Amino acid sequence: MQGHPAANIPLSEGQPGGCSVRRLLALFSWALVLVLAWAALSLPSHSPGLVDFVHAELEHSGVVNPVTAVLLNFRSYDTLLEVGVLLLAVFGVWALPRERVWGAPLGAPVAGPVLHTFVRLLAPLMIVVGGYLLWIGAYAPGGAFQGGAVLAAMGVLVWLSDLAPLPRFSRWDMRMALLLGFATFLAVAGGVMVGGGRLLEYPRLWAGSVILLIETALTVSIACILILLFLGGVGEKRRATEGVREREAKQ
Amino acid sequence: MNAAVLYTLMGVGLFSIGLHGFLAQPHLLRKVLALNIMGSGVFAVLMATAWRGPQLPPDPVPHALVLTGIVVAVSATAFALALLRRIHTATGRASLPEDTAA
Repeated sequence: MQGHPAANIPLSEGQPGGCSVRRLLALFSWALVLVLAWAALSLPSHSPGLVDFVHAELEHSGVVNPVTAVLLNFRSYDTLLEVGVLLLAVFGVWALPRERVWGAPLGAPVAGPVLHTFVRLLAPLMIVVGGYLLWIGAYAPGGAFQGGAVLAAMGVLVWLSDLAPLPRFSRWDMRMALLLGFATFLAVAGGVMVGGGRLLEYPRLWAGSVILLIETALTVSIACILILLFLGGVGEKRRATEGVREREAKQ
Repeated sequence: MNAAVLYTLMGVGLFSIGLHGFLAQPHLLRKVLALNIMGSGVFAVLMATAWRGPQLPPDPVPHALVLTGIVVAVSATAFALALLRRIHTATGRASLPEDTAA
């Protein structure tokens, strides 16, 4: 197969260890199943957990959906760090040397008229769905991550069908878009301390608006981060077929 | 035997299958996949602990933890895949030297 070596990594490479090692591993795994199953089944079947605390405080959280209340109010520390992890993954991918040509299969010019028309119809719809998921997160399952994932999928679809080039992520405004979610979250987390509150302790009256502000910023950042992570080390390839064209020109 | 027990046992099974694959398979892509299967097992157990019977709404705290966990797993997988491609480009192999020598 022509193209980039990484495009075709044989899965059979490397042989699993010797027969006795494999037998030992299988034995260990079965023992693990039994021990874990025993531990899991010996847990009390009806523990109250933190449900009562969540429902008691739900009216002060600014949202109606208890999962969103936990994610962005009661345990927003988790979510703040989670966005940090997303950014760290992007930094990690960026820190690796860029590969100049990204060949088949993802960069192959597969886009026909059917895919073009379909993605044209789908893209605006996905923007609406992403926005809806962001908004509905306050009342029902949904939120910044779900909305951001739909928007990122739209970006990837548009890029793969070769409909439009992606924005250059090395541009400063695109970098700001990457940082927007984390920066907004951090600013709010610290900002509430000015008024005498504790870290991430939103004022009760404004909690709903604060959560919506954070989630909107997060949606934009998450969509950009997921697109970047999908692209991996592609660097400045703006069109899906760019790598293929370059390769063809070389031959 | 209710749904929660079934999901818990399924999660335990997935975790063990994933750990076995992670230890037994030398290919790095298989290791990354195995780690994801382990993660799915952990998420299944967490979701099962959130179940409180057919009438009551589930515990939102484990649900939120799983949502956070999924996002972290996705980003870690993306970084692992980028590292894998880099290792393959640099060495021509998709496994670690310790595994290849064995």
